[in-house]
Amino acid sequence: MKVKVLFFANLREQLGTGVEEVDLPDSASTVAGLRMQLMRRGGAWQDVLADMKVVRVAVNQDMAAANAPLNPGDEVAFFPPVTGG
Amino acid sequence: MKVSVQTEDFDLGLEVLDIQQDNRIGAVASFVGQVRDVPMTLEHYPGMTENAINKIVEEARSRWKILDFTVIHRYGDLQPNDQIVLVAIASSHRADAFAACQFIMDYLKTEAPFWKKEHHPDGARWVNALEADDKAAERWRGLKQQRLLKP
Repeated sequence: MKVKVLFFANLREQLGTGVEEVDLPDSASTVAGLRMQLMRRGGAWQDVLADMKVVRVAVNQDMAAANAPLNPGDEVAFFPPVTGG
Repeated sequence: MKVSVQTEDFDLGLEVLDIQQDNRIGAVASFVGQVRDVPMTLEHYPGMTENAINKIVEEARSRWKILDFTVIHRYGDLQPNDQIVLVAIASSHRADAFAACQFIMDYLKTEAPFWKKEHHPDGARWVNALEADDKAAERWRGLKQQRLLKP
C-alpha cells in the first residue's frame, strides 16, 4: 500500500527531501514499519530516523505514537520537537 | 473567533478591537511574542498547524469561559523585533482571560508544528526544543487532574 511521507525542518534538510510516496508491504503497515523501511536505505536515513527521542510523528496531521497503524493513502510526517511560539 | 497562520504582520490594537464588541466582555488579555536579536525563518506544517491550534483553543474553551479569541502565528522570514505570535482572549472576567491566554501560549510552544531556524553570523542553525517549554505545558495537565478530582 502507498502512503505519503513528509519531512520537516532539520529532517527535511538532512534527508534532502520534503515529500515522497512510499510503497509499504501490508505486513509493515505501522509507523514503526515505515520507519524501519526508510532506515534500511542507510546513510542519513539510518542516522536521522534512529533516535526516536528526537523524532516526532504525525499521521493524517495528528500526533501519533510509534506503533500507530497505517492505512492506504495516509499522510505520515516525521519532524523534530516543535519550537514555535 | 479567529485562527490564522500567515506571513503578514498583525496589528494588536485592531485585533483586540475585533474581539471586544460583545457587551458581556469585561476583560481582554493578550500576548505578543517577538523575535529577539537573531533573524530567523519559521517553517510550519500547513494543515496540521491550523488543526493543532484549533485543538489547543478547544481545550482552553473547555476549561475557561472564553467569549471571543484571536490566535495569529506568522511563518517565513522574520527580523529582530518582528512580531511572531499573538494570542488574545476576551472573557467576562480577567481570571479566565489571563489563564486561557497563558495556557494557549504554553501549548503552542509544545504542540503546534512550527520550527525556528536562526541565522547567526557564523551560519544557520535549527533551534532546539527547551525542556522548560515542556514543563510549562505539563503543569496544566496536573491542574486538569486536580480539577477532575475536585469538581
